[in-house]
Amino acid sequence: MSTQTLYDKIWERHKVKTLPNGQDQLFVGLHLIHEATSPQAFEMLREAELEVERPDLTHATVDHIVPTDEQSRPFEDEAAESMMAELETNTQQANIEFSDPESGDQGIVHVVGPEQGLTQPGMTIVCGDSHTSTHGAFGALAFGIGTSQVRDVFASQTIAMEKQRVRKIAVSGELDDGVEAKDVILSIIRRLGTDGGVGYVYEYAGETIENLDMEGRMSICNMSIEGGARAGYVNPDETTFEWLAATDRFETDSDRFDELREYWESIRSDPDATYDDVVEVDAGELEPMVTWGTTPSQCVGVTEPIPAPEDLPAGRRETAVEAQAHTGVTPGETMEGREIDVAFLGSCTNARLRDLQRAADIVEGRQVHDDVRGLVVPGSHRVKAAAEERGFDELFTNAGFEWRNPGCSMCTGMNADKLEDDDVSISSSNRNFVGRQGSKDASTILANPQMVVAAAVTGTVIDVRELKEEVAV
Amino acid sequence: MTDAVEPIPSVESVTGTGIPIRGDDIDTDQILPSRFMKVVTFEGLGEFSFFDKRFDRDDNPKDHPMNEDRFRDASVMVVNGNFGCGSSREHAPQALLRWGIDAIIGESFAEIFSGNCLALGIPTVTADAKTIDHLQEWVKGHPREEITVDVADRTVSYGEHTATVTVDDVQHEALVDGTWDMTALLRSDSDAIERTVAQLPYVPQR
Repeated sequence: MSTQTLYDKIWERHKVKTLPNGQDQLFVGLHLIHEATSPQAFEMLREAELEVERPDLTHATVDHIVPTDEQSRPFEDEAAESMMAELETNTQQANIEFSDPESGDQGIVHVVGPEQGLTQPGMTIVCGDSHTSTHGAFGALAFGIGTSQVRDVFASQTIAMEKQRVRKIAVSGELDDGVEAKDVILSIIRRLGTDGGVGYVYEYAGETIENLDMEGRMSICNMSIEGGARAGYVNPDETTFEWLAATDRFETDSDRFDELREYWESIRSDPDATYDDVVEVDAGELEPMVTWGTTPSQCVGVTEPIPAPEDLPAGRRETAVEAQAHTGVTPGETMEGREIDVAFLGSCTNARLRDLQRAADIVEGRQVHDDVRGLVVPGSHRVKAAAEERGFDELFTNAGFEWRNPGCSMCTGMNADKLEDDDVSISSSNRNFVGRQGSKDASTILANPQMVVAAAVTGTVIDVRELKEEVAV
Repeated sequence: MTDAVEPIPSVESVTGTGIPIRGDDIDTDQILPSRFMKVVTFEGLGEFSFFDKRFDRDDNPKDHPMNEDRFRDASVMVVNGNFGCGSSREHAPQALLRWGIDAIIGESFAEIFSGNCLALGIPTVTADAKTIDHLQEWVKGHPREEITVDVADRTVSYGEHTATVTVDDVQHEALVDGTWDMTALLRSDSDAIERTVAQLPYVPQR
C-alpha cells in the first residue's frame, strides 16, 4: 500500500468512516454538475424527499448540449432546451451557483472550475463526467461518478469509495518543439493500455511534468480515464499557486490564499512517500502522436509506421483488426498524408487559452485547406474573451476556421456539431470511439492542438514540426 | 440529517438466459451512443442499447446478438475485457437494465461502469478469459437455458457446469446484504461528517 502520497493524505483528511461493506465514506469538497448527468439525480432526490445538503459546495454549468453557434434562448433543439430549462429550475430551487451563458462564465465544466479558482489543491472533487480527472492537475483528488452517486453527493455531500493503489509515472526529458502534454499522455496510454490504470490512481511526476504549465498538466490528468485510471494528479507547486492567485477566489483575498497555501503545501507527496508501482517515461524522444484506431491507446508517433495487428500484444490484436477495418488505415504506412475532412480544436482536453495560442502560432499566415471544415471552440466564455482580446478570433476566422461559442461541441454527439457519414476528423479531444463524434461511420484521429490546425491547413495529417521549419526558413 | 435506513432488496443471485457480447474495450459510447442522452429521465433508454452496433445508417437491423429473437429475453450478459470503459454515463447500465439485463459476467470491467452497475443492483462478476469464452460459446448453443449467477457463493452455473467467479468484496457485501443503495447509509451519521469537515481548512464551516 502507498503511504504519504498526496492521495493518501487527501484520503485520510476526507475520510468520514469505514462503511460496513468495506468502502470508505469520503467528504466531497466540490461537486461540479452539468445538464447531462444531473437531471435524473435531482429527480431521485425529490422522490426521496431530500434536499441538496451543501449547495455552497456545488457549482453548475452547461456544456454537453449547448449549441456553439446561436446560444440565445430558447435553444433551437427542443431536447437541449428542456435539459437547459431543467438545470435552471433545479439550480434555482436548490440555490446552486450556475455559470450560465448569460453570466459570461459558462463553459466546459473542467475548464470553468479551474479558471474560477473553484478547483484547489487538497480537495476532493466529483462530477458526473469521467474527465473530472482533469482537476487533479491542481493536486486535487478528482474523479467522475455516475448519476446515482450524484444523487448520493447531493443528499449527503459524501461518497462511498474504495481506496486504490498509487502508480507514480515519472516523466523525464525535454519535449521537442511541436510535442505537447497531450502527446505525453497518449504515449503513456499506448504503453500501459486502456485498462492499465484500473485499480490505480496516477501520480504524474518528474521534470517534464514540473516544467509544464497548468494547461499541459490538465491535458494529461484529463486523459487519465482513457488509460483506465479514474483519477490522476500532479503535486501542487509554484506553477499551481501562481494560477490560483490570479483566480476570482484569491485575486482579492490574499489572506485566504496564504492561509490555504499552508494546507496545499502540507498535502504534497512526501519525498519518502511509497508507491504501489513506479513507471519511468522518457519523453525526450517523443514525436507528436496520432491515433490510427478507435481507442486512445491505438496511436503512433506521426512518422512511425502503423502496427500490424499481429505485431501487437495478444490482448490487443482482435480490437486492432476491428479498428483498422473501421478507420481503413494500412499497417506499415504512417498516418502522414491521410486526408481529413474536419479539424476540431476544442474539448475539455485542449480548449484553454494556451492551446489556442499554440494553434494560432501555426495558423498565422496560412489558410484552411479547401476540402476541410475547421472549427475552433474555446473551452469557456472567459477563454473566448481572452482569446478575442489577443485577436485570435480574427486570425482563425480569416484563415477560414469557424470561431464558435464554448461547449463540448464536436467531442460528443449531444449537440449540433457532428461529423457526417464517413468523415475523417482530426481532433484535440480525448476519445476516438466509434460514433463518439456523432456519426458511426466516421473516424477520429486524436492529436495535439498544433497538429490539428496543421492538418486543417494542409488537408492531411502532417508532422507540425515541418510547418515550423517552413516558417524558420 | 438522520434517516432510518430503509430495507433494500438483496441480490444474492440472478437467474436467467444469457446473451454473449464479444470484444474487448467496449466503451459506453457503444453501449449507449451519446445522442440518446439528450433526455431528463432514464425511461425508454432500453431500446437504444448498442444502437449503432445493432442498426445501420438507415436504421435497418444489423447482425448483433441483441437483434436475435432467441436472446430477446436474456437477462445475463457475457462480455470480455475492460467492458464499459470511457464515459461515466450511468445512462449506459440504465439502458442495459431497461433492455432486461440483471447481471453481467466478464473478464474485467471499467471502474465507473461497475460502480454504476452496483448502484443499480446489477452484479458485474469476473472470470478468466477461458471461462468467459466457454460460457459465451455455451450461451450461443443454449440460448433458452438458464444461467445462475450466484453472487453469494461466487459461482456461475450453466448446464452441467459450475464455474467459480470473482465478486469484488465490496460488491459481494453490498449486494448480498442489500446495502447497494447508499443514500440513506451515507446520511446516517451526520456527526461523523461534521467532525471530518472541521479538519478541512478549505470548507466553510456552518
